[in-house]
Amino acid sequence: MKIRLDHVVKTFQTFRAVKDVSLEIESGELVALLGPSGSGKTTILRMVAGLEFADGGHIYFGEQDATDIPVRDRGVGFVFQHYALFPHMTVAENIAFGMEVSKTRREKAAIQVRVNELLRLVRLDGLGDRFPAQISGGQRQRVALARALAVDPKVLLLDEPFGALDANVRRELRRWLREIHSELGITTLFVTHDQEEALDLADRVVILKDGHIVQEGTPEAVCRDPKSSFVMKFLGDANMLPAEVRDGKAYADGAVIEASGLADGKAELYARPGDLDWAPTGPGIAADVSRVMDRPGGRRIIATTKDGVHLELDLEPERGVKGGDTGFVTLRRAKVFAA
Amino acid sequence: MRRNVLPGLRLSLGVTLLYVSLIVVLPLAALVFKASTLGPVDYWQIVSSSRAVASYRVTVLAALAATLFNLFFGLALAWVLVRYRFPGRRIVDAMVDLPFALPTAVAGISLTALFTTNGVFGAFLSDFGIKVAYTPLGIMIAMCFTSLPFIVRTVQPVLEDLDPALEEAAQSLGGSDWAIFRKVILPLLTPALLAGVSLSFARSLGEFGAIIFIAGNQPMSTEITALLIFIRLEEYDYQAAAAIASVLLLTAFIMLALTNWLQARALRYTARN
Amino acid sequence: MGTFRTGRTPPRVGDGVIFRRALIGIVLFLGAILILAPLLIIGVEAFAKGWQVYRDTILHPDTRHAITLTVLAALIAVPVNTTFGVAAAWAITKFDFRGKGFLLVVIEIPFSVSPIVAGVAYLFVYGLQGILGPTLDAYGIKILFAIPGIVLASMFVTAPFVARELIPLMQSQGRDLEEAATSLGASGWRTFFSVTLPNVKWALLYGVVLCNARVMGEFGAVSVVSGNIRGQTNTLPLHIELLYHDYQAAGAFASASILALIAVFTIIAKVALERQGAGRVRPAANPAENAS
Repeated sequence: MKIRLDHVVKTFQTFRAVKDVSLEIESGELVALLGPSGSGKTTILRMVAGLEFADGGHIYFGEQDATDIPVRDRGVGFVFQHYALFPHMTVAENIAFGMEVSKTRREKAAIQVRVNELLRLVRLDGLGDRFPAQISGGQRQRVALARALAVDPKVLLLDEPFGALDANVRRELRRWLREIHSELGITTLFVTHDQEEALDLADRVVILKDGHIVQEGTPEAVCRDPKSSFVMKFLGDANMLPAEVRDGKAYADGAVIEASGLADGKAELYARPGDLDWAPTGPGIAADVSRVMDRPGGRRIIATTKDGVHLELDLEPERGVKGGDTGFVTLRRAKVFAA
Repeated sequence: MRRNVLPGLRLSLGVTLLYVSLIVVLPLAALVFKASTLGPVDYWQIVSSSRAVASYRVTVLAALAATLFNLFFGLALAWVLVRYRFPGRRIVDAMVDLPFALPTAVAGISLTALFTTNGVFGAFLSDFGIKVAYTPLGIMIAMCFTSLPFIVRTVQPVLEDLDPALEEAAQSLGGSDWAIFRKVILPLLTPALLAGVSLSFARSLGEFGAIIFIAGNQPMSTEITALLIFIRLEEYDYQAAAAIASVLLLTAFIMLALTNWLQARALRYTARN
Repeated sequence: MGTFRTGRTPPRVGDGVIFRRALIGIVLFLGAILILAPLLIIGVEAFAKGWQVYRDTILHPDTRHAITLTVLAALIAVPVNTTFGVAAAWAITKFDFRGKGFLLVVIEIPFSVSPIVAGVAYLFVYGLQGILGPTLDAYGIKILFAIPGIVLASMFVTAPFVARELIPLMQSQGRDLEEAATSLGASGWRTFFSVTLPNVKWALLYGVVLCNARVMGEFGAVSVVSGNIRGQTNTLPLHIELLYHDYQAAGAFASASILALIAVFTIIAKVALERQGAGRVRPAANPAENAS
């Protein structure tokens, strides 16, 4: 089921949560809505679900204008951040709920079969008789997903589905959600503030800020080609150096980077810790090592330039750099944005 | 058990125990003692006399009817107060406490004035052949008045704290309003509802002042147990009074245990996921 | 820019217009009959025979004595009950000890016991057939059929009130602040007055207001222990009964109007205090469950 948002607006009293968002999601795609809190991503998700009504614009499911259709008739499956499992029902009863209240009557036996099927799908066989309070957070989220899938939704919507879980459970469930999506192929839209999660899971990432879409594209596209300093900073660690653009080149404290297409004037140069290197001799940006932090994957160096800017570099574990060393920071890659 | 680090345990506990023993335990113990001075045979004879049994019947049936009415009315009232906005809602919410704040005797004469055959409501009802004052129906209405706040006030907080995500989830799964109410909301309200019902029932069993004006107080037909005890006292039949009072006391203890158990269950359910 | 609609929210369960209006209508209708009407009829009946009769009743010596007695009972019973309630709340919420759950149940007992049973029980302690009766009589001390008996019986019935308001609140507030104060060297009294009391003052005030309303309105228990002697041992509720049975309905309602005003004041106080944070606390857990 293809979803299309057309100039959608949502205002809460005086706060414009969503300002003119237009988006297309192809049938079967797994799309992430990524952004900081207050960016409007959850509001958009809820409008697609019908849990909020848009104040302007339209939402289309396929060819049909679904903007005014109530949530119970939209055929969406919604997974809540805090699971919203019915505490007084067992896991099996939770999953069966949608089938039992649906307008099409189903045989009790048929419902049971489907419940067991779904329990197998989410790898919770045998836990059907437990209550939500008796299972772990990760298990609860899987029940929530099974419950949403039980009604054969046209669209699957997930609101920060792994936000309330521990880091390793999160990673495991991410992998598993990707598998389920490949198996079932349902159009899926999920909201997250965790960029690693969005980049891991999604076919396409939509980055939001203050109710607007600032960039959308495949994970590769947004990582390799961020179109603004906000996206650059939001997606990962980034060092910033003030720079000056002259004749298509950006000059920053001893480094020169191609900046064709940018007008002359003040600019900001961004480089990831992994794109910087350290050399005892020039050319490069002169700096002193102020701290060395050892990590499982390597070493992170904090080097301070003569202008007092702190740069963070990631080096291989074998590099023998220590605090107090003087040297030069070189740039393998960097992005320049107008200031 | 955590170590007690704060000061004042001895003093506060001492005051508490002294007060409780003197004011609450001592009189009840005296009552039980007095009731036990009757031999088992005499005790049973008094407690099961036809007039006493009739009074139990009148009291319990009226209390059951009143509690049943309050169950629906109280639930509806709590629902309306929590989920809807309308002019005067705050005032209505405050007025629910009137039966709690108004002296029972005042309630008694007011209800009687309203429901006698020439009262505002009584006149209207007698056109349909319904008599309220001086009948068991009157007893029931008095009990409805005094016990209503219990159900409303136990249900209200639970309704207010109901996770909206649960309703949204149920809606997204395609449930109709009635299906969601029946399968999700009501089961989550039930523990609190039951606790309120048992509090309401217990209060109705023991109510005196609000009832005796409207009841008619005819032995065997409109005489509540509390009144029977009072009459035995006026007859200086202290042993009978003690015996029947002990029956009411026992019932009160049972209802207290039941209510506590139900309230504990209710709180267990309101804990969010 | 598409069409602009503002501020609609999707309907929740039970938000359908017809259902909502019908339910509100029914509820308000029944509420008016069952709760509002009894309050209003007091005013109507009190003035049914005119202002003169109203005045005469209120100013009648028996009525004035009843008022005095009622106020006196409240002036004694309420402070004592409040002290007890505060002590009990302090002991129960700030400490752990065996039997805490049992103590809580015992405190709740007066709430479930019929006031008649309470009166009878007091009879069997202080009356001539009671345990202490003959001894008291020998020393010429009158408890029953006099003010002390009335006060004691009222205290029984309203014993749980202040404690019930304070305990859930203090339970949910925990002990951290008091422990911090003590670790800084504050004495028990200092801790209580400077730390605990300010946090519970509205709930305490509400408990006191409620306790007062119930003491002044107590009927069943006081009927038994007071002896019903007109002009001497009748509290206002008993006086109302007396006038009513004497076919002086207007007089009875006139006296009732005083208590009704107090009830209305109690409700107004409750609304005001709830705004400040008193009243319906969602107990984090049943205090009895926390007893170790």
